[in-house]
Amino acid sequence: MSIQISDPMLPELYKVTKIQENTHDTFTLEMVPKNKTKIFSFLPGQFNMIYLFGVGEVPISISGDPSSTDFLVHTIRAVGTVTDAMSKIKEGQTVGIRGPFGSHWPIEKAMGKDVLLIAGGIGLAPLRPVVYYILAHRSKYRKVVLLYGTRSPDDIIYEEEYQNWQENFDITVETTVDNTDSEWQGHVGIVSALISKKDFSPTNMVAIICGPEIMMHFSVQELVRREVTWNDIYISMERNMKCAIGFCGHCQYGAKFICKDGPVFCYSSIQETLKRREI
Amino acid sequence: MNPSTLPNNKQIIIERQNFQRLLDVLKNQGYQLRGPTVREGAIVYDEINLVKDLPEGWTDVQDKASYRLQKRDDKALFGYVVGPHSWKKFLHPPVLKLWEAKRCEDGFEIKEKVAFTPQYAFIGVRSCELHAIAIQDKVFIEGPYVDTTYKNRREKIFVVAINCGEAGETCFCTSMNTGPQVSFGFDLALTEVIQPDRHYFVVMIGSAKGHDVIKEIPHTKASNQEISIAQSKVEQAREEMGRTMDTSDIKNLLYRNHDHTQWDKVAERCLSCGNCTMVCPTCFCTTVEDVTDLTGEETTRVRKWDSCFTMDFSYLHGGSVRTSVKSRYRQWMTHKLATWIDQFDTSGCVGCGRCISWCPVGIDITEEVAIIQEDKAKEKNDENA
Repeated sequence: MSIQISDPMLPELYKVTKIQENTHDTFTLEMVPKNKTKIFSFLPGQFNMIYLFGVGEVPISISGDPSSTDFLVHTIRAVGTVTDAMSKIKEGQTVGIRGPFGSHWPIEKAMGKDVLLIAGGIGLAPLRPVVYYILAHRSKYRKVVLLYGTRSPDDIIYEEEYQNWQENFDITVETTVDNTDSEWQGHVGIVSALISKKDFSPTNMVAIICGPEIMMHFSVQELVRREVTWNDIYISMERNMKCAIGFCGHCQYGAKFICKDGPVFCYSSIQETLKRREI
Repeated sequence: MNPSTLPNNKQIIIERQNFQRLLDVLKNQGYQLRGPTVREGAIVYDEINLVKDLPEGWTDVQDKASYRLQKRDDKALFGYVVGPHSWKKFLHPPVLKLWEAKRCEDGFEIKEKVAFTPQYAFIGVRSCELHAIAIQDKVFIEGPYVDTTYKNRREKIFVVAINCGEAGETCFCTSMNTGPQVSFGFDLALTEVIQPDRHYFVVMIGSAKGHDVIKEIPHTKASNQEISIAQSKVEQAREEMGRTMDTSDIKNLLYRNHDHTQWDKVAERCLSCGNCTMVCPTCFCTTVEDVTDLTGEETTRVRKWDSCFTMDFSYLHGGSVRTSVKSRYRQWMTHKLATWIDQFDTSGCVGCGRCISWCPVGIDITEEVAIIQEDKAKEKNDENA
C-alpha cells in the first residue's frame, strides 16, 4: 500500500479562528482551512504537524471532535521554542498543518466493553476525541470512567465540560493533583492510585492511557494487578519527529516508528521496549 | 558481429581503448555521468566525463581509522574498493529544499519547490552498493509513504556496475550476502581484466537500456575463457575478504544484549562524531530546518542528513532521550543490524566497511559484534559445565 497525497511534507494553510487559554501554559486553538470548507476526517489519537512561519514544526495530537469537520482543534502546552511561540499566536494568524498521521485509539474494539481512560497532564488532550466519540455513540459502550491527574488544581483542563459528560452521558470523571492548596477538596496523589476494580470488569474492558511515561508505567502496573491483560491496554508514545511519515528516523523506538506504527500502541506490542532505558 | 542482433544474456567484451565510447554514448543519451575520481587524497564519486577523470592506476589501502591511496603496478580504472562517498548522495541529497514561504497580508503563503530531477548514469557501482540502494528503496519507496525526490531520481538512473576483483581489509560483503559478485539492479555489469598485453572488460547486460547502449560500442562476444577469467577475479575478491561477521541470530543477539557491558566499553572510545552515519550507504535519517532571510519575510524549509549520534536527534521537551554516548552507539548498531530487519525485512548493513575506515578512533562494527557473541558462547559453556 502506498499513500499518495500531493506532497506529505507540504503543509496546508489554516487560519486560527479562536484561542482559549486553558491554564497558565496551555491553550487551545481552533482553526479552519484557508483553501477549503471542511477539514480532513481523523480518528481519535491521530496527530498533526503544526508549522509556525519561520519558527518550526511540531507534532501535536488532535483534541477536537472527530465527528465535526468544520474546524480543527489542538490543545497545546508551551514547553519548547515552537510551542512557546505558538502560545503568542493571535486570532486570524496563519499556521501550516500536515496530517492527520499515525494510529488511533481502539474505539471499535472498546464497543460493548467498559472503557477506562487514564490521563496525566496535557495527556488529556489526545483523549478528548475518544470522549467525544463515546458521547456520540454512548449506547455502544458500557461503563465509562475518566481518571485524570495533574500537578496542581490550576493545571486541570477542560473542567467546564466534565459536568455535561457526567450528568448527561453517565461518564465518571475523577481528578487528582500532586500538589495543592487548602481549598482543593479532591484527591491528592498519583492518578494510578484512583484505579479501582469497581470501575470495570477486567475481562471485558479497554484501558486507554496517555500521559508522562512514568505515569503510564504505574497505571499499567495497577491495571495488571487487577487482572487486566496487556492486550486490553493502550498507550500513546511521544518522541522527536521531523517528518511524521517514517523517513526522518527521529521517532524510532526500538523497531517501531512512533509516527507511523504509533503513536497509539497496544501495550503488549511495546512492553519489551518500555523496560529499557535510553531506547 | 552485427550489434543489433546482440542477445541479452550473452556476455561481451569491451576493450579498454573503447571505454571512453561507453561514457560518450551515455552522455549522448542525456545522462549526467557520476563516477569515481581522485580528490583530496581519496576516491570520491563526482561528475566525470572522460576516462582520465577515473582513478586510473590508483588503489586504496584501508584499515581501522585508516584510508590511504597508493599507486598500483597496473593501469586499472576500478582498482580500488570503496571511498567515503556512496551513491546515496545523488539519490537522497544531503541538503534538499522542500518549500519556500513568504509573508503576505493574509499571513504567509507556501510555494512548493518543483525539483528538477537529474538523470544520472552511475559508473562503477559495487555489488554492496547495489544492495545499499535496494535497502534505501525499501525505506523510501515501499511505503506507506513515498519519498518522491528519491523515487524520481532512482527511476531514471543508469547503472554501470563493477564486479570486485580485489577486496579491502575492511570489507565483509560475503558475510552480509551482498557481494562481491554483482547479481541484480544493473544495466551493465563489468569485470575489469588486466593482462600483460591486454586490458579489457567482460560485460554482462542487465536491461534493455543496457542493450541499447552496447549496440553503439565496439564489442566482441566473450569467449568461455574470458568469462572464466572474469569469474576467477571475483573469486579472488571473495577469498581476500578482510573481515567477517557472524550474522546468525544477530537480531535476537542484539535484542538480548541491550545491557551488555561492551556498550560501556565502546562508549569510552566513541567520539559520537557521526562519521559512521555519514559514510554509511544505507543510513537515511534527516532533519528539517527553516532558513529565514534577514528581514524575516521569506523562509525556506530545508531537509538535511542527520545523525543519531547527536544529542539533538532524540530531543524531546525537557531533554534528550539518548543522553549517553553508549545509548547512541547502541541505537546506531542495533538499528543497523537488528531493528532494521523488523522494520524493512532486511539488514541495514551491506558489509562495505566504510564505518570502520572512517571512524576516527577505529571502532570496528565486526569486532563489536564478535565481542558480544563471544559472551554468548561463554554463557553456553557455563550452562553446559
